[in-house]
Amino acid sequence: MTDPDANPIWHPGDPADPSLPLPILPGHVSPGRFERVLRAGLFAVTTELAPPDSADPADVLARARVFDGVIDAINATDGSGANCHMSSLGVCAILTRAGYSPILQVSCRDRNRIAIQGDILGAAALGVCSMLCLSGDDVSVGDHPEAKPVFDLDSISLLGTARVLRDEQRFLSGRRLDGAPRLFLGASINPFAPPAEARVFQLAKKIAAGAQFVQSQYCFDLVMARDFLSRARDMGLLERCFVIMGVGVLASAKTAKWLKSAIPGVHIPDETIRRLEQAEKPRAEGRKIAVELIQQLAEMPGVSGVHVMAYKQEDYVGEIVAASGVLGDRRPWSPAQHCEQRTCA
Amino acid sequence: MYSLRLWSVRHARLLESVYRIGNPLIVATLRGAARVFGRHIDRPVTAIERAAKGLMFDCRMCGDCQLSRTGMSCPMNCPKTLRNGPCGGVRENGMCEVRPDMACVWVQAWRGAALMKHGGAIRDLAAAVDHRRFGTSSWLRMARDD
Repeated sequence: MTDPDANPIWHPGDPADPSLPLPILPGHVSPGRFERVLRAGLFAVTTELAPPDSADPADVLARARVFDGVIDAINATDGSGANCHMSSLGVCAILTRAGYSPILQVSCRDRNRIAIQGDILGAAALGVCSMLCLSGDDVSVGDHPEAKPVFDLDSISLLGTARVLRDEQRFLSGRRLDGAPRLFLGASINPFAPPAEARVFQLAKKIAAGAQFVQSQYCFDLVMARDFLSRARDMGLLERCFVIMGVGVLASAKTAKWLKSAIPGVHIPDETIRRLEQAEKPRAEGRKIAVELIQQLAEMPGVSGVHVMAYKQEDYVGEIVAASGVLGDRRPWSPAQHCEQRTCA
Repeated sequence: MYSLRLWSVRHARLLESVYRIGNPLIVATLRGAARVFGRHIDRPVTAIERAAKGLMFDCRMCGDCQLSRTGMSCPMNCPKTLRNGPCGGVRENGMCEVRPDMACVWVQAWRGAALMKHGGAIRDLAAAVDHRRFGTSSWLRMARDD
């Protein structure tokens, strides 16, 4: 895109410095580009960054750079799998300084409501515009099983807390804030885990609590996804929330079987596993499956984007998104493009 | 007790009826007793509530009982103590991701709620628990309108 007028994300009031906050557009809650992409009706592509086991900011930027030009927002995970890594707030602070749009993942496992509210204010002050509220994996599955699980809040009361801070400009205690955190609020959904009949009500509860977008667990079963979305549409939920479906990149049939058995809540149909087993080049087949899933999800009514989770295969995300063609001629914002011209989305 | 906890969910409709009749009776009795004996009733009442609900529901005495809106499945038995479950990690066989030998508390809750006359309350948002109430009696809280 060379014509700024043709770019629905760019706004004439936007500052030239990518680390400065953008103006909040009418009808928006955050100054972030991620909210702009979704509200402009564009198909969004997000991914997750595996935080480094290091204190070097260069390690974070190197991991972000592989997504340049294909990703609208980067989820910074918060001790995912209950394993210790650099904090999501630290990762986000580094990413916002470079101009990226990170999504701060906040889990309820490690911090109580005092710490979480402080972190939300800190994150917004550091330029974070989007936040994903999670319950979190239990400590028993991670590398510090002897740790004390906190779970003072759950994902739904966390959403409510963030909304109180933002919309009522106060702490849960009632004490007033001098400045509210302008955050676009999200939650996770897993339409593929039991109890199937409760999952759509769980989405409804998250929306009622404040979720404006949701990102799903790995979607390998399009029939289940379609069924879930049609029930959500019947309940009028899709007009109130952007649904971003999770897409996984499987390296082999062995990885798929491991994911299915070791990570509760991951549902992979036998047909997908068979396809990987029969493939001559399983890694390439795994990427092909991801491309096909992205294309089919993009066609599905009610899907506003995809969340590509390619753990240890991050280098292929660009290739997979490009092959899917879902971005059309749109090039999401990246620091390199920003230097060339101010017209990228 | 785990087996009685599962029985309670299977009989959520019956327990709901017992609750709707029994709860006002308990609250009225405690209100009268509190007027006469004041704070002296706290320890015995708390002990009785702990014993009865502990047996039937593996109650954890959070002091803010949710059983009537969670299908008679106590949410505090969830290893993550979720008040608005289930989480995304439920196993395909409906068991807990953290404790594979235990049925997911929230799968049970939705099952129990489906049997109940007013089970729809499970769709309402539950506030985070007030940790100061742990170990206290929710019956007394209702009796005293705290």
